Amino acid sequence: MNAESKQVKSSRRRFIQDTARTVCGVSLLGLGLGVYSRQTHSLPATALRPPGVKSEEEFLAACIRCGLCVRDCPYDILKLATFSDEAPLGTPFFTARKLPCEMCEDIPCVKACPTSALDHDLTSIDDARMGLAVIVDQETCLNYQGLRCDVCHRVCPLINKAITLEPRHNQRSGKHTIFIPVVHSDSCTGCGVCERACVLEEAAIKVLPIKLAKGEIGKHYRLGWEEKKKAGKSLVTPDQEHKYNLPEGLKYDHSGEGLIKDSR
Amino acid sequence: MKANLPADAGKAAIAEKGWWQAYKWLVLRRFSQLSIIALFLVGPLLGYWIVKGNLTSSLTLEVLPLTDPYILLQSFIAGHEIVSTALIGAVIVTLFYLLVGGRVFCSWVCPVNIIADAADWLRRRFNIKGGARFSPQTRYWILLMTLLVAALTTSIAWEIVNPVSIVHRGIIFGSGFALMVVVSIFIFDLLISRKGWCGHLCPVGAFYSLLGRYSLLRVTANKREQCDDCMDCFMVCPEEQVIKPALKGESKGIGPVIMDMNCTNCGRCIDVCAKDVFTYSNRFNNSTLFNVANKKEVAP
Repeated sequence: MNAESKQVKSSRRRFIQDTARTVCGVSLLGLGLGVYSRQTHSLPATALRPPGVKSEEEFLAACIRCGLCVRDCPYDILKLATFSDEAPLGTPFFTARKLPCEMCEDIPCVKACPTSALDHDLTSIDDARMGLAVIVDQETCLNYQGLRCDVCHRVCPLINKAITLEPRHNQRSGKHTIFIPVVHSDSCTGCGVCERACVLEEAAIKVLPIKLAKGEIGKHYRLGWEEKKKAGKSLVTPDQEHKYNLPEGLKYDHSGEGLIKDSR
Repeated sequence: MKANLPADAGKAAIAEKGWWQAYKWLVLRRFSQLSIIALFLVGPLLGYWIVKGNLTSSLTLEVLPLTDPYILLQSFIAGHEIVSTALIGAVIVTLFYLLVGGRVFCSWVCPVNIIADAADWLRRRFNIKGGARFSPQTRYWILLMTLLVAALTTSIAWEIVNPVSIVHRGIIFGSGFALMVVVSIFIFDLLISRKGWCGHLCPVGAFYSLLGRYSLLRVTANKREQCDDCMDCFMVCPEEQVIKPALKGESKGIGPVIMDMNCTNCGRCIDVCAKDVFTYSNRFNNSTLFNVANKKEVAP
């Protein structure tokens, strides 16, 4: 083997070595980046996205972190996440307990978004689903104790739709009514005004990302009374009045009188 | 003539041409970089909005959208449908850099360039040598990696760590951590790897290199016969490998225009050359025919 071909061989070997080293190094870097980015995929419960985000997954593919929504928010509630925030770096979020969304009718933040990461098809702010309010603590919520706080209900921009007060018997006093605040997911936009307004030291009502806040009934599951209403009749057994096997001389009245002795 | 010391690069030019001619393009570049930051800052600081957003996407005077095509490409690969505003912005930016050269972003716009230049200047000034060496091709692998990770994680993953946007966003939207990124890159370039970030690793630069591959605006060594081998241009060039073919390629029939896509069009070589070898020109001024014709006349 002459010197020249030796040289060619060794330079080829070096090229392959160098390339392999670069590719391996960059692949490791990519692996780290990939794992790190997957970890940041789940939005922390304290951070809420501006209106018009369909899902966190889609949002992270679409948001280029330009901050135009932050700039166009007239109430300055939005912030781009920095390293000290839990949301993925550079993405916009707000913290309901500090400053909730004021639900502007013209939705300027959505209009400002150049990539449609905030969906431009969202034209009514009432259709926004930034999260879902949840009474996270019945032990401290004043209304649950039988007091008439009602603050979350009264401040709600969709009062009596997103939050209603449901009367229950107060078993402690035996004579009063408890007004339980109930959040309705078909109306709640997740603006966070209720969480901000909760009078407790730590809010008993909190807006959580919908994924955390909302349960889901199995797709196969049917509620009998709903099916009955839809069909107009019972689907299981034919409708017939219930008959009691009572001792002779007794009747049962469904409308409240209860057991009736035959007068005969 | 013998090569100058790295620390003395540019001194001959100052003596020969005066301070302004020896620093003109550097000063204009710094002016451009700082003005762009200033334009973004006028809004948040003074309440008068000229430019909103940041380098990834912005809106100037409420009409002109500008979007970084690299980040939009990642978004597309991550599975997001591209919509008009961002697309228009990216097309405008792409057309601009197709014309003036992609790496003009690096040398005239990017804030990280100021940090990298400072580190390189200190390296020359205090004769700091050595450190880790990467291939300048590494950035293209990293570029490919960022696109693959975007596809696999269906998110714009690179933006979690991209120093370019972290630094710019940090300045515009206020984040102390951006300062740590600045310090990291500075120390990396100063002590660990020469021209390490911008010249070897940054995928944003790699993307813009590819974008400006066939760009019109070029630096040319049109008076290369005047070169006295002082090496000043090599010492200050952020991509030193790009100069040699144009400056020394006459005997191989290579034209005087720097055609390498990694040239950042920073113009620093024009500044530091005491012999006025370099100037801005366009890619079509690269004819070697003139020289060939001369040789033919001599040949018979």
